[in-house]
Amino acid sequence: MAMTVHCDIVSAEGEVFSGLIEFVSVTGSLGDLGVYPGHAPLLTELKPGPVELRKQGGQEDVFYVSGGYIEVQPHKVTVLADTALRAHDLSEASALEAQKHAQQAMSDKNAEFEYSRAATELAEAAAQLRTLQQIRKKSGKG
Amino acid sequence: MAVGKEIKTQIASIGSTRKITSAMEMVAASKMRKAQDRMQSSRPYARSIRGVIQHLAKANPEYSHLYMQEREAKRVGYIVVASDRGLCGGLNVNAFKSAVASMKEYHDKGVAVEICALGAKAVSFFKNYGGNVVAAKSHMGDAPALADLIGSVKVMLDAFAEGKLDRLFVVSNEFVNTMTQKPAVEQVLPLRAEDDDKLLNHHWDYLYEPDAKELLNGLLVRYVESVVYQAVVENNACEQAARMLAMKNATDNAGNLIDELQMVYNKARQAAITQEISEIVGGAAAV
Repeated sequence: MAMTVHCDIVSAEGEVFSGLIEFVSVTGSLGDLGVYPGHAPLLTELKPGPVELRKQGGQEDVFYVSGGYIEVQPHKVTVLADTALRAHDLSEASALEAQKHAQQAMSDKNAEFEYSRAATELAEAAAQLRTLQQIRKKSGKG
Repeated sequence: MAVGKEIKTQIASIGSTRKITSAMEMVAASKMRKAQDRMQSSRPYARSIRGVIQHLAKANPEYSHLYMQEREAKRVGYIVVASDRGLCGGLNVNAFKSAVASMKEYHDKGVAVEICALGAKAVSFFKNYGGNVVAAKSHMGDAPALADLIGSVKVMLDAFAEGKLDRLFVVSNEFVNTMTQKPAVEQVLPLRAEDDDKLLNHHWDYLYEPDAKELLNGLLVRYVESVVYQAVVENNACEQAARMLAMKNATDNAGNLIDELQMVYNKARQAAITQEISEIVGGAAAV
């Protein structure tokens, strides 16, 4: 059987996932990164994006996080998410709408403050869409 | 018959007090359930971030963050969490007692104490008791939001970063179960490693991406916010539980009081009747 490591995904609203996994990939602030059991201790910030898990037994699962931190220990992986959702709970329509809304706000360029907020919104919406596309790719494959 | 009119009025007034206390008990019971749910749903995050911070405190970082350096205590800060409303038994008093006991220890050593009061009861307590209150926040409602707390926490964190504070404590009630709430004083900063030999004891450090300083800054601020938020949410559950218990006791006591008064009233009425009969009998015998 493949090696496994314990993984917790928690957000401020509650526990999202807890269990043994074979592999996890997240969107770090410096790019995507994948973690297998026995990884060296690592601490990094997360950008909005998908968290993909391969659970014990090979079943796959995708979550969406809006940012946060990941801590990797050889025997444990902890994702501290700002908000985390099961990817199935994401809706493509609302993500697209949010993206359009954010783009509109950015082209408006009224105030500096508005701009930075719109940029964050846009990044989040784009990350949600990316998560959805990944799920679709996977279900198309399987 | 005009026997015991005062007793009758008293019984009626205690009866209406009992109605109020039993209504408050029921309100507290339903609020407690919601407060407990909130407490439980934010617990995993608080526990996980605490775990990460514990690992961090035990690592041998190349970069030692300000929040991790032990300094000589010249000034200490306390974040005291209390409820907004009273009528919840000894809950707040117990928390203040343990806060004051801990503050006194530092005070006797000539260490200045600064206080951040969260909750109306804490604000008014330290106004009367005296004490250097540098930040305060009250009326956060039944569902406190993290955004309400960030401001007050930031005051304390900034003071710590500028070296105006050398220790930071959080005082709040711990929810053991519905019957028991335990006041606790916890040191938040600087980070302290708890003894736990499960983790590797040899020399190790994290890989930091992008860079230790920036990363730890964000993570540690978030940690302190999470600790304070959890304390507030937990204190809220404690408050409702304590109020439920206090109101239950009050309702029971009112019941006992009514029973006793009813007994006194009945006896007085019986005595009056007996006296009247014996007067009539005595009068008839004299004729």
